[in-house]
Amino acid sequence: MELIKPDIGLLFWMIVSFSILLYVLIKFAWKPILNALKDRERSISKSLLAAQRAKDEMAKIEFGNEKITQLAKIEKQNILKEAKELKNKIIEEARENAKLEAKKIVEEARQSVEHEKNQAINEIKNQIAALSVDIAEKIIKQKLGKESKQKELIDDLVKDIDLN
Amino acid sequence: MYKILLNISFVLAILILSQENIFANEITEEKDPEHTQSNGEEHKDEGFNPGDFIFDHIRDNYNWHLFSYKGHHVAIPLPVILYSKTQGIVSFWSNKLDHNHTYKGFIIAQEGDYEDKIIEVDSHGEFIARPFNISITKNVTAILFSCFFLIYIFVSVANSYKKRKGLPPKGLQSLLEPVILFIRDDVAKSSIGEKHYEKYTPFLLTIFFFILLNNLLGLVPLFPGGANVTGNITVTMALALFTFFITTITGNKTYWGHIFNTPGVPWWLKLPVPLIPFIELFGVLIKPFVLMVRLFANISAGHIIVLGFFSLIFIFGNMSSGLGLAVSPVSILFTIFMSILELLVAFIQAYVFTILSAIYFGMASEEDH
Repeated sequence: MELIKPDIGLLFWMIVSFSILLYVLIKFAWKPILNALKDRERSISKSLLAAQRAKDEMAKIEFGNEKITQLAKIEKQNILKEAKELKNKIIEEARENAKLEAKKIVEEARQSVEHEKNQAINEIKNQIAALSVDIAEKIIKQKLGKESKQKELIDDLVKDIDLN
Repeated sequence: MYKILLNISFVLAILILSQENIFANEITEEKDPEHTQSNGEEHKDEGFNPGDFIFDHIRDNYNWHLFSYKGHHVAIPLPVILYSKTQGIVSFWSNKLDHNHTYKGFIIAQEGDYEDKIIEVDSHGEFIARPFNISITKNVTAILFSCFFLIYIFVSVANSYKKRKGLPPKGLQSLLEPVILFIRDDVAKSSIGEKHYEKYTPFLLTIFFFILLNNLLGLVPLFPGGANVTGNITVTMALALFTFFITTITGNKTYWGHIFNTPGVPWWLKLPVPLIPFIELFGVLIKPFVLMVRLFANISAGHIIVLGFFSLIFIFGNMSSGLGLAVSPVSILFTIFMSILELLVAFIQAYVFTILSAIYFGMASEEDH
């Protein structure tokens, strides 16, 4: 029966020593330990959060970079396209200009040729006229060399004249 | 690996010491029957009495019996402190009362209501009264030892936390930190709730480590261990009283409201005859009582079974020595098995006591919802 009969003396010592144990452990052991654990947990969670934030930031930056690269690529393509267009336009224009110029030159050449030709024709005409006159003169000179002949002619002419 | 070694050393220690005691007792019986007679505290009957043997090992004692050698009991005397109405405060060493001696009118009763307790007798040996006894008994010594041990361990751990601020735990600190975190997170936080657990955690840690240490020390038969502290109903009663008082003192309005005016119960169960309040109030008292009995019964039962297996050897040995020898390997195997089981029980019971206390605190601090 003694086994299940509480003993006052032991109860007294147990309560006294356990109270002291509680007090000492709470004050000198559990408080510092639990506080240290809490601090550490707090700092760990803080660092984890910071790491996460840094990671997000990195991702953002990376994303930004990608976007910028993308934009740059598009820009490059645009520029290239524009340049190509410009080139084509310039070439086209040049070709057009060259054509016009060529036409103009040909026209000019043609006009000048025409002009030269006209001039040449005129000159030939003049020369022919001069030659004709010379020939006529020589012929006339020959025909009218003798007096009789001059008379004959005058007679002819006189005959033709009508005095009325 | 280390744990297994520890287990084995526990078991070996149990084997060695228990056997030594038993052998010594047997020799006493054979060689010195008169002495046995006079030392009735040890042996009343002829032959081996397993009941007395087991009971002797699990009860509290005025001295700390270490071992017996050739009929001589080697024990550490402990201070006896008494207060009697006739003599006032009396104090002396417990070895004065050895071998049924009377000292200053005090003697250890051999029979009657106060068997194995110190009583005051007159010059004719007649019973006068039982003095108020606050002796430093074996269990008190063991409690004091474990208190100093716990203080030493945890204050040094706390110091290493202070010294190694922001660094990972090391050594003893890293051994105990998971346990502390387990009690804080899985016992206190989960049973009491995020809001109030911090108030109770130090107490829960203290009872957990106190019970665990004493459970383990109870398994070690060598000197600082071997006292049956957590298998003593007075000790478990004190622990349960602490839980009870903390629950009662910190109980809030909702807690008392649930007891005296239980919500969700028809009024006629409360008003003319306060049936439900009575049951609830009874429950409040039952809770610490259950805590007390569970720890006491579990630890005592384990010790009784282990000692029972050893007794088998000597029960059979008394019939014939050959039979005793034949039984001993079986007994030892069973004892090893039981000791390993006890090791498990040591942790489980410390955990159960702590988590039940935490659940009661959780009830006491629960808010209305």
